Amino acid sequence: MIKKLLIANRGEIALRILRACKDLGIKTVAVHSEVDRDLMHVRLADETVCIGPADSRESYLLSSSIISAAEITNADAIHPGFGFLSENADFAEQVTKSDFIFVGPRSETIRLMGDKILAKKAMADVGITGIPGSKGKVTDDIKESKKIAKQVGYPILIKAAHGGGGRGMRNVDKEEDLEEAISMTKNEAQLAFGNDTVFIEKFLQKPRHIEFQVLCDNFGNAICLGERDCSMQRKHQKVIEEAPAPGLTAEIRKQMSELVVSACKKINYIGAGTFEFLYQDGKFYFIEMNTRIQVEHPVTEMITGIDIVRQQLLIASGEKVGYKQDEIEIRGHAIECRINAENSETFIPCPGTIDQFHAPGGPGVRMDTHIYNGYKVPPNYDSMIGKLISYGNNRNAAIRRMSNALNEIVIDGIDTNIDLQKKLILDTEFQKGGFSINYLENKFKRENGSK
Amino acid sequence: MDIRKVKKLMEMLEESSLSELEIIEGEESIRLSKATNVLSQNETNQFPVSHNPINPQITPTLNETAESPLEITGHEIKSPMVGTFYEAPSPEAKPFVKVGDSVKTGDTICIIEAMKMLNQIESDKSGIVKAILVENAQPVEFNQVMFIVE
Repeated sequence: MIKKLLIANRGEIALRILRACKDLGIKTVAVHSEVDRDLMHVRLADETVCIGPADSRESYLLSSSIISAAEITNADAIHPGFGFLSENADFAEQVTKSDFIFVGPRSETIRLMGDKILAKKAMADVGITGIPGSKGKVTDDIKESKKIAKQVGYPILIKAAHGGGGRGMRNVDKEEDLEEAISMTKNEAQLAFGNDTVFIEKFLQKPRHIEFQVLCDNFGNAICLGERDCSMQRKHQKVIEEAPAPGLTAEIRKQMSELVVSACKKINYIGAGTFEFLYQDGKFYFIEMNTRIQVEHPVTEMITGIDIVRQQLLIASGEKVGYKQDEIEIRGHAIECRINAENSETFIPCPGTIDQFHAPGGPGVRMDTHIYNGYKVPPNYDSMIGKLISYGNNRNAAIRRMSNALNEIVIDGIDTNIDLQKKLILDTEFQKGGFSINYLENKFKRENGSK
Repeated sequence: MDIRKVKKLMEMLEESSLSELEIIEGEESIRLSKATNVLSQNETNQFPVSHNPINPQITPTLNETAESPLEITGHEIKSPMVGTFYEAPSPEAKPFVKVGDSVKTGDTICIIEAMKMLNQIESDKSGIVKAILVENAQPVEFNQVMFIVE
């Protein structure tokens, strides 16, 4: 069993990991930047190490500082959380080379899934089809690219092979725009991901974003914990997530479960992971696999009763996955609203001091956050400051609890997107369920148009 | 119990207006009390002492038993990285600098070992070494004050 774990992250997920450690009696090391000394998990951790200045590139993204901190505190393991270095294959490799346990899959798996072209091919090899598109990367031969695009059929998407999380993508509606779109996407990809490899995919008009959660151990066991629907998105960032996906039958769930579990076994996946799909006209198209814990993991925890982060720690300690597939039961419905420190209308990030915080609670209400009265939200990191999760016996019950919780929660001193979340929960299309990933942006366009 | 932790707790108690501190961590516990003439005021402590262990942060312990820490003025030389501080180029060698030595900008004043690599740290100020705030082989964190030079 891991005895001491270094949490290589910050904010809400770092606190989540710390809680799972305390639950298992694992000692905690919190690494933090200079502006993060007052993070709640830092205040609660057994040991803390300041690893750099506010700029993530010199702190949370600096492999050497993190591994150094593990060395001087004699930690056994490092949990990367999500974002930052969690999907950096070099970091995972360096961690294991330095004789620490990396809580996640092997670095080779991270490397494979980090290249969207290779990942697509690997998935196709195990029976999971992706979106129709180019077989490999876009070459310098524009005539070839035009041919592929024509075959796939406009509108198409140019995607960065090393992108992900909704970044590094560009629409192309007609052939005249293709050459410039490729060039611009390549430039952006080089800047953002250090690699300008791009590929072509058909642009799906009205897909839903449905993803499947898996847990795998080092003994060849893999289970699927069901799916999540994350179609409420703005600029490819998830705003509301829920589980299970409205309208998905038990039959389809079983089919997809078996498919992703089989894929996990074939690629020797270890740990927690998520297979992301676009779902349109009854078909699932694989887009990418996230080889880490995800922001929205709580909704799956609520409907299955399983502590996913705890399972990550147990698996990393060499234990078997705690459940067999036939023990997994999907019960009830859960919804998660991301709480961001941003203006509800302009979406401008709003750092600052929280001078009044009240978390809602009661049956079926869970608040995952690191904020507290007097906490100063720094300007240097992303604006998510917490997640509000509701659970009910059915979707309507979960919606009602979420609506009440959003009316009860108080976060004063900074702008938040709580007003937006309140509106979305009452939105008719949301209440119906089954809307596509374009729904929210189209809704904004309509509302702004009529102003 | 980690002696560094105990030293740190002693410092913290010394600096605060509390007269007694008891920490229970699993099976280990420690109780410190100081003889004080200070009128006990009701001070609300930032950290709830009763249940949570105080963060034993990896911060410097003073070499000299100073009554009021850091009354020494001067330029602070801080660690640019996370690692282990070494005062000398090797275990048998003499330390790079001692308190009272004069240093020039660019002189090597210590080594910080990180990920099996030894990094020579240079002084960014010329002057006299007024204080060395870390012990040999002690872990240091980013921006931890190591030397004071004036």
